[in-house]
Amino acid sequence: MSVLAHVLEAAGIATVVLSSIRPMAEKVAPPRALHCEFPLGRPLGKPNDAEFQSDVLARAFALLDAPSGPVLVDHPEVVESDESPAACALPPRYDPSLPACVDEANGLRKAFDRTLAGRGVTSVGRVVSADEVPAALAALDAIATGTPWTEAGLPGGNPVALCHDISAYYEEAALALVDGPAPVGRAVQDWFYDRTQAGATILAARAAMRDAGVKFPIWFYMTPGHR
Amino acid sequence: MNGDQMMRQYASGLPAPTFPDLAWVTPKPLAESKVAIVTSAALYATGDEAFGAGDTSFRLIDRHRRDLVLGHWSPNFDHTGIALDLNVAYPIDRLEELAARGVIGSVAERHVSFAGNQPDDVATIRLDSGPAAAAVLRADGVDVALLTPV
Repeated sequence: MSVLAHVLEAAGIATVVLSSIRPMAEKVAPPRALHCEFPLGRPLGKPNDAEFQSDVLARAFALLDAPSGPVLVDHPEVVESDESPAACALPPRYDPSLPACVDEANGLRKAFDRTLAGRGVTSVGRVVSADEVPAALAALDAIATGTPWTEAGLPGGNPVALCHDISAYYEEAALALVDGPAPVGRAVQDWFYDRTQAGATILAARAAMRDAGVKFPIWFYMTPGHR
Repeated sequence: MNGDQMMRQYASGLPAPTFPDLAWVTPKPLAESKVAIVTSAALYATGDEAFGAGDTSFRLIDRHRRDLVLGHWSPNFDHTGIALDLNVAYPIDRLEELAARGVIGSVAERHVSFAGNQPDDVATIRLDSGPAAAAVLRADGVDVALLTPV
C-alpha cells in the first residue's frame, strides 16, 4: 500500500495510507500514513463501529493538512488481536459411518446458509461450492491417513484454494453460531484450527504432505504460516 | 508470539523499495475533494473476475456495490472482520456519510481493489498496474485516495 501511495501521488492524487506494519511504513515512507495497530485484516479497527471507523478516517484525513512529508502518525488506540478460540457451538456426531470432519461439515450447513442469507455473498467458491465441502474434507482425511495427495481425488486440484474454501465455509458458519460479542482478530480462525475436526484434518493432511516431500508452496499455504 | 505478531515480524523483514524523491501533491481543501478508496483486500464485486494467486492486477468497484467477495489468497489475517462489516476494510458507507455532511466534497464513482500479497519486488504494481489504476482515478476526477491495507 505504501508503494502504491508513491505511485498515486506521482500521478497527481493526494494519498493517505492506513499503515498496518509500522517498520514497513517507516522504510517505504509514503507521503502520509496513519499507523493503526489493529488486528490484521481490519484496517479500520472495529467492525460495526461507525463511530470508531469515523474517528480513524478523521485522523487520517487530518494528515492532508501537513505542509510537507513524509508524515507518519500513530493512531492512539491499539486494538489487540484476540487469539483465543471463539466460543462457538459444534454439531454433535450424527453419522458415525462418516469421517468426523465430514459429519461436522454436514452439521454446520444450516449455520453457513444463515450467514449467507444475511450477507448475500460468500467467499466459498474458489474451487468448490458449499455443497462440495464435505467431499473435499473426505479427500483431505484420506491424505491425513496415508493416501498420496495426487491420488486422493481432491476436488479442484489446488489444495491451497480448497483449504481457503473450507476455512471460509467454517468461518462464515461460525458467525451464525458464535456466543457473545463479535470475535476480535483471529478468534474464529483459532476456533477453526484448534477446535474443529476440519481444522485438525487440514493440519494433519498438510503435515502428511510436507513429510511426503510435496513441494513447499503446495502444502505450506494451506493454513496460516504460524501453524 | 501470536499469529498477528508473527506476521508483523515477518512482513517487517520483507524487501522494501525506497523512494528517494518524494512525490508530493498539495491537496485541495477536503470539503472540495473527490475521495476514492484503494484497498489491498482483494475485494471484487460478485460476478467480476476473481483474483488468482499472485495476482498483480486490480478490480474496479462501483460506488453502489456492497455485494463484494473477499478474494485474498493469504490465510495470514482474520477474514471474519470483513464478513461482519465491509467498512472495516472498505469504508464506503463512512465516506458516503462524510460526503452527506460536507466533510469531503464527494465520493468517487469507482474504487480500486488490489490483492495485498504481491511478489516481493512489487515491480508490476509500481510500473504497470499501479499507474494504470492511477490513470483511472485521475480520469474520474479523484483528488484524494485513502489506502487500506489487508
